[in-house]
Amino acid sequence: MSEVNRRLAMLAAIWAVLILAPLWMPLVGGYTALGTRVLVLGLGAMSVNFLLGFTGVLSFGHAAWFGLGAYGCGLLLKFVALSTPLGLLAGTLLGGILGGLLGALIVRRRGVYFAMVTIAFGQVFYYIAFQWSSLTGGDDGLRPFYRQPLHLGVATVDILHGSTAFYYFVLVSFALATALMGFILRSPFGRTMLAIRENERRARFLGIPVEMHIWIAFTLSCFFMAFAGSLYALLNNFADPRGLHYSQSGDFVMMAVLGGMRTFWGPLLGAVVFVMLQDYISSITINWQIFIGLFYVACVLFFPRGVLGILRRKATT
Amino acid sequence: MKRPYHAAPLSRRTILKAAAAAGVAQFAAPFVITARAADAVKVGMIDPFTGVYAAVAQNELIGVKFAAEQINAQGGVLGRQIELLVEDSANDVGTGVEKARKLIERDGIQFLIGDVNSAIALAIAQVSNEKKVLHIVSGGHTDGITGKDCHWNVYRVCNTTKMEANSVAELLFNKYGKKWHFITPDYAFGHTLQEAALADLKKFGGTMTGNELTPLGTSDFSAYLIKARAANPDVLLVLPQGSDMVNCLKQIAQFGIEKQIHVAGLQQELESLKAMPPEARVGIWMFEWYWKQPGVPGVDKFVADIRTRSAGKVPTARTWFGYTSLMSFALVANREKTLDGVKLAKALGDFELPADVKLQPNKCYYRKGDHQLMTSAFVGQALKEGKSDPEDLFQVDSIVAGDKTSPPESETGCTLQWPA
Amino acid sequence: MTQLILFNVTNGLIVGAFYVLMAIGLSLILNLSNVINFAHGGFLVIGGYVAYTLEPYLGFWGALIASPFLTAIIGFAVERLLISRVYGRDPLYGLLLTFGLAFVFEDGTRIIWGAQGKPFTIPAFLSQSLSDKFFFITGYRLFMVAMVAVMIALLFLLLRFTRAGMRIRAGTLDLETVAVLGVNARALRSLNFAVGIFLAGLSGVLAGGQLGLEPTMGAGLLMPSFIAIIVGGVGSLVGTLVGGLLIGVASGLTAVMLPPASEAIMYVLMAVVLLVRPRGLFGEEGMLT
Repeated sequence: MSEVNRRLAMLAAIWAVLILAPLWMPLVGGYTALGTRVLVLGLGAMSVNFLLGFTGVLSFGHAAWFGLGAYGCGLLLKFVALSTPLGLLAGTLLGGILGGLLGALIVRRRGVYFAMVTIAFGQVFYYIAFQWSSLTGGDDGLRPFYRQPLHLGVATVDILHGSTAFYYFVLVSFALATALMGFILRSPFGRTMLAIRENERRARFLGIPVEMHIWIAFTLSCFFMAFAGSLYALLNNFADPRGLHYSQSGDFVMMAVLGGMRTFWGPLLGAVVFVMLQDYISSITINWQIFIGLFYVACVLFFPRGVLGILRRKATT
Repeated sequence: MKRPYHAAPLSRRTILKAAAAAGVAQFAAPFVITARAADAVKVGMIDPFTGVYAAVAQNELIGVKFAAEQINAQGGVLGRQIELLVEDSANDVGTGVEKARKLIERDGIQFLIGDVNSAIALAIAQVSNEKKVLHIVSGGHTDGITGKDCHWNVYRVCNTTKMEANSVAELLFNKYGKKWHFITPDYAFGHTLQEAALADLKKFGGTMTGNELTPLGTSDFSAYLIKARAANPDVLLVLPQGSDMVNCLKQIAQFGIEKQIHVAGLQQELESLKAMPPEARVGIWMFEWYWKQPGVPGVDKFVADIRTRSAGKVPTARTWFGYTSLMSFALVANREKTLDGVKLAKALGDFELPADVKLQPNKCYYRKGDHQLMTSAFVGQALKEGKSDPEDLFQVDSIVAGDKTSPPESETGCTLQWPA
Repeated sequence: MTQLILFNVTNGLIVGAFYVLMAIGLSLILNLSNVINFAHGGFLVIGGYVAYTLEPYLGFWGALIASPFLTAIIGFAVERLLISRVYGRDPLYGLLLTFGLAFVFEDGTRIIWGAQGKPFTIPAFLSQSLSDKFFFITGYRLFMVAMVAVMIALLFLLLRFTRAGMRIRAGTLDLETVAVLGVNARALRSLNFAVGIFLAGLSGVLAGGQLGLEPTMGAGLLMPSFIAIIVGGVGSLVGTLVGGLLIGVASGLTAVMLPPASEAIMYVLMAVVLLVRPRGLFGEEGMLT
């Protein structure tokens, strides 16, 4: 099979699995809402990976944009208008724009510094969400708001009561986001990002405005992240401060690493494993945290390239 | 040679392997957990077994498990054994909602208990309401659950903040004085607690000398205590809960504040008192249930039974919440001879708990208009050392009935909408 | 009002001193090994619980001395077996590894000692307040400040006058050259890590006496330490010292002026420092790009 055909076949396989999920999930003991959760968190992990795997910049506070997206969506649905698409738009804009603004401030830092600053920003938003309880509901969370039916012109889809309908809605959103992501990565801009990841100094020597590129990549990943956050708010009909906390960020980074940091679909796979593992283990033991912690440690030590990384290695040797 | 990275070329085997791996994980799951009787009545419990509420949640679980044991020993529900499915919400709303869907959609539970965390309780109530499953909130205190956010399928066992404030306020005002200073945890529950107490204070004609809002998780209260001391109140109301409460009282004791100012508060729990050193156990509080009730039928037996199941520890209010929640379901289901969520929810309104479940001297029933359990408040003082038992850390002075402390149904803001 | 402010500044310094103890251990590890030790809070918790377990046998003072050493041994083992494997790699891996370890420690303490909070008894004479006016300065808090001062002095002596200390200082600037010059870099990092964890363990014992013990207490104390390092300047221990005190005082003052922000002020301070003077107050340019 030629390279292109192989790639197309793989894409087809992935999408077949995703599209048919509500059918095969109950057969293996899953449930549709779990699949929706995997998609949303997977998109979050892919957004982190957009920055981490493809530009080489570590942000450990990226959940801030995720949480902001959730709050933006919720606030719009609760106070402004009963419209799901507008909610998504509001959330995406809130997280993305704030991310862009703050990103401009920190773009000169790298490595550990950058990571710690992102944690700081995330925590500031966390406290704002927590304290501004008149607006955000504080610790009780932002509620009530509900996903609104979609008016598609020809039909109205009730995504509130039907788990399956909502799953497909999220799948379509996911598809749009990942298509856009893939498009960007394939573009000359995307290539430049890779160049920066591989050797920043050399990229600079070539005249590439490195900071500008990093800032744009950061902002784009914030937009994607905020979009994922908006979907998360719709999934739960809820937004709460914990979505902004750095431990949530840690989860996303973990999913990206687990699945394979430098691959496109890796983070989705990481999300699959992570969410299902957590779901499964936390049902059989109260002490699931220690297993997850050991799992993190094992992954870092033995699978730093993630599942896909290993499999690809095997495929090429 | 560098590979292009933009869309990972995956081999067929990769995808199949990955899907298989994920599938196996899920596939194995039901088989591991399914040693179940196919005929059982499934009951779900969601609580934060990890995180800051872990101790409280685990005590609740002990109560629920004991109730399940008792019910099954007496023939179960409608002749079928109860099977208890327990899930950890990990103090995270998203996880709680996911587990709620899992229990309801995949496992088909007929009844849901949970969550201690009010935010999660509200979120999973939306799910249980959507799926028409009877839901008792065992430990979440925010007023909205039986107030403006009430649902027809949701009942609540523990007190509302108004009930707690009303039980203690008059005593404090009459006995200690009219100038009150508040230390309030700065989140929704803390605010409602403070507002409820302040409303009572104003009603009696007292004044508030100040309100210190402390961020959740504050470990050092010295700055706030300095301000409180400077304001010179008659009563200092300590409203934080859990480990914040422990730290605050410790520092109050260390600074000797209780020698100048009367220390009091609303809700107190045995779990918190046990976590403090003896000198910090001061003040007037209310408990939602206490294990030492001489002369009240059924209590001693309950305490003895729980002790054998919890390595000698006595039941706390949380244990009793869990116990009562499941017993309520079983009793009403057996009486109505149905498992239908709507019928059970209707039947639970005005349902009165029998003596061996309510374990308190006053009448204890679920109010029809807002689905709140009219449970008593145990008002008393913290004891530095237990006289007869190391866990007897609270001296109960009075037990106030629930319908005396609770505002009338019309004032709660609850309007129930039943399905057609 | 001025008295209120004065009291709160003094109190803030006391609180800040505690942050300093945690932060310096974290800073040592960060400077030499370039690892963000997210598990530092976990080691603190272990230190506290180990002291709690030893107290019935050794008393408060015995536990105070023994526990940090035991915790340091555990830290040494962890470094040798796990953390040393991620040196030289992307700092991401160190972060994730220690993040995972933090989970293990939190749940581990919950499994071993239970979720119920435990009180940790301190000697009675330390529990008294200094005077009625300065009621918020208890003997125990002064003791804590004294311990921190002693530790800092010892650390200074260690770094300045011992060979190992000199190597650590040199290694912070350029570990590669130090290794080339014949120093066992591996052993040096392990030693440095153990010293950092010793401080974390000691923090745990002190925190236990002040706050009681609970499996989740590590996380809340970890963040201020990070902030102290960033504000003071990465790579500078003096900076960490100043940073810790600064955020203590800032937090105390904010508690007077705008209480809801007293936790958030630390993060705002960090953000401001990073924007205005990114290397921190005492940091050196390029320490950790």
